Amino acid sequence: MEDALFLARTQFGINIGFHILFPTLTIALAWFLLGFRVMYERTRDPAWLATFKLWTKVFALSFAMGVVSGVVMSFQFGTNWPRYMTTVGAIAGPLLAYEILTAFFLEATFLGVMLFGMNRVPDWLHIAATALVAVGTTLSAFWILALNSWMHTPVGHIFQDGQWIAQDWLTVIFNPSFPFRLTHMLIASGLTAAFVVTGLSAWRLLRAPGDEGAGKTMRAGVRVAAVLIPIQIVVGDLHGLNTLEHQPQKIAALEALWHTERGAPLVLFAIPNEERKRNDWSIEIPYAGSLILAHDANAEIKGLDAFGADIPPVKPLFFGFRVMVGIGMLMLLVSWWGWWATRRRAPAPRWLLWVFAGMTFSGWIATLAGWIVTEVGRQPWLVHGVLRTADAVGDVSAAKLGASLTGYILTYAAMLIAYLVVLTHMAGKGASNHAPSSHAATVELAGGAAPKAG
Amino acid sequence: MDLLPVVFMALMGLSVLLYVVLDGYDLGVGMLMPGADEREQSVMVASIGPFWDANETWLVLGIGLLLSAFPVAVGVVLQALYLPVVAMLVGLMLRGVAFEFRMKALGWHRELWNWLFWAGSFLASFCQGVMLGRYITGFEPGPGYWLFALVVGASVCGGYVLLGATWLVLKTEGELQQKALAWSRWGLLWVALGVALVSLATPLVSETVRDKWFDFPRTLWLMLLPAATLAAGAWLWRVTGAMRRSRASHRDWRPFAAAAAIFVLAFAGLAYSLFPYVVIDRLTIWEAAAHPSALKVLLVGAVIVLPFILLYTLLSYRIFRGKARAGLYD
Repeated sequence: MEDALFLARTQFGINIGFHILFPTLTIALAWFLLGFRVMYERTRDPAWLATFKLWTKVFALSFAMGVVSGVVMSFQFGTNWPRYMTTVGAIAGPLLAYEILTAFFLEATFLGVMLFGMNRVPDWLHIAATALVAVGTTLSAFWILALNSWMHTPVGHIFQDGQWIAQDWLTVIFNPSFPFRLTHMLIASGLTAAFVVTGLSAWRLLRAPGDEGAGKTMRAGVRVAAVLIPIQIVVGDLHGLNTLEHQPQKIAALEALWHTERGAPLVLFAIPNEERKRNDWSIEIPYAGSLILAHDANAEIKGLDAFGADIPPVKPLFFGFRVMVGIGMLMLLVSWWGWWATRRRAPAPRWLLWVFAGMTFSGWIATLAGWIVTEVGRQPWLVHGVLRTADAVGDVSAAKLGASLTGYILTYAAMLIAYLVVLTHMAGKGASNHAPSSHAATVELAGGAAPKAG
Repeated sequence: MDLLPVVFMALMGLSVLLYVVLDGYDLGVGMLMPGADEREQSVMVASIGPFWDANETWLVLGIGLLLSAFPVAVGVVLQALYLPVVAMLVGLMLRGVAFEFRMKALGWHRELWNWLFWAGSFLASFCQGVMLGRYITGFEPGPGYWLFALVVGASVCGGYVLLGATWLVLKTEGELQQKALAWSRWGLLWVALGVALVSLATPLVSETVRDKWFDFPRTLWLMLLPAATLAAGAWLWRVTGAMRRSRASHRDWRPFAAAAAIFVLAFAGLAYSLFPYVVIDRLTIWEAAAHPSALKVLLVGAVIVLPFILLYTLLSYRIFRGKARAGLYD
């Protein structure tokens, strides 16, 4: 049973961690696409058109990765956590179904029109289709984060006929952590997409310094990142205060505060020692923990000893949180510096292009680290205070779980490698602007229709 | 009798039927890839490009409705089908991404993705058939029941090949269309064999199903179903034969319509056999249904949103009507 629980969690964690990469990118990339499309409509500059077409291909690839791993996830709710559905299914089920009905069909259908319909529909309809794809991706974030937030801060439910049901749907959806989590995640998506756009454009500029489209997209990416990152820092702080109010044990774990105290220090670095319940090798700033968390240097902050046995593991939270915050600070530095260096259309120096290229997938790492903090931080609960993870697992044997886990890991690893190779390859070749139907582009895109390029 | 669970059974049935017909044709096109040359392959891929994402969403809706409307059945069904489900998902993942990757690759890379596209389509189709076979027999253990499931798996592959081939008749022209006509006839023979075997075997493996079909005089009315299926098959054979001889492609939607009709009829027969069970002989839809409060809020959403989904799905098929061309992104 222990093994099965561990394998079920590992499998679901790997699946959801793999899946989240792609929606995180596509939610905001869809809005970038809308921006590129509208810019083309306003300027009729072929560089914008070529840019739009290149990034729709990046989008289609990422979206497909998200769709197929999302299908797997919808099945894993049933295969890995059958008792999740029988205890809180009356709340989780409708939220998932609303996501499918209002978002999935919308984005999948209009994606086809956006990708392949440009010459078949009037401009306004093509722009509308692009906008609907963006609306769909964002709506999908709305529903899934409503459900996820409810699992962290459940309200509006009552126990009836042997299960939990919704008493008031608006209370369930707009639960206390939802506004913060949704905003935090949408901005995370914006930052992820901005750094992918910036990084891949920089990668292109390193190989073809004169590429006009890549210059435009790089500047757009840097500016969006520079605007979003300070907002994200403020929203992240508010989200943390909200967590302190509703899930204080999560905050205690991510700050590695073992004991309740007034004037708690801020632990900058340490190796949390879970056996002896203390930090080794720690570097601390006295009082700063209370100051940041409660905005008062002498405030009492609850340590892990205040919560008995129901506490999350400390190490993944402590390190995950520091990775996320560290990348956030790096993003602030790089995006502001980048904006300054490319102001008034100045070309970016080569070393800066390398920095941008190196930061391409920084949003992914920060997002994953953040999700590890919040999801591991909810343990041992699946739904905080309502349902324990261990009570939701099914009867699938450890052997079957092990076999399927191996299959999933191999498939995901191959898919991720292929994805990264194709993405950097596509970005390196660029949008071949000014000649969207040039020989090279035709061969690449139209399949075997044209002879192979020499 | 409480009607809400019946409504949701119907909705779930509708989304599974739509999934089978719609994703069925693009899985079928995937399985037919090795029979075509490089140029034809890119036309085939172009014919499903704008649709496959949305087609697969019907599967997500089907499983979403199972999760949310029949949560008690989820544990039983998905745990019993665990390995075929995992294999199907791996197949769907491979083909989904192979579809995208192959358009961006050249040379042996493209060959590799083509192969994965074929293999993934085949694996997913076969596993769906195996799942169906296991489901019909109530997950009974024993080699005979597994053999039955494997036969259903092979039959579903044949059915999807038929859907894919007739879809290509509709969406292509010239030599490829002639090829697709020949494939359609092979697919039809395959399906006829499969449907015959499954129809004969199902009453043998399940007493519940036998009692529902062999109950005179109702049996006489029920025989309309196999008769109509036979008629659709015969019409499909005639139409494809005529199109091959005349090499004309007017009213080229007929083969696909006939293939879809065969699926709808087979589905109706299956639905009749199983109702009112979610898990045959074990769990009725009323025993498995979610709390009424959940069903009510689900129904509101479905009633409001489903018409829109159907509308813009039709819009998308209208936008991309006509013959597919190789240059997908132009």
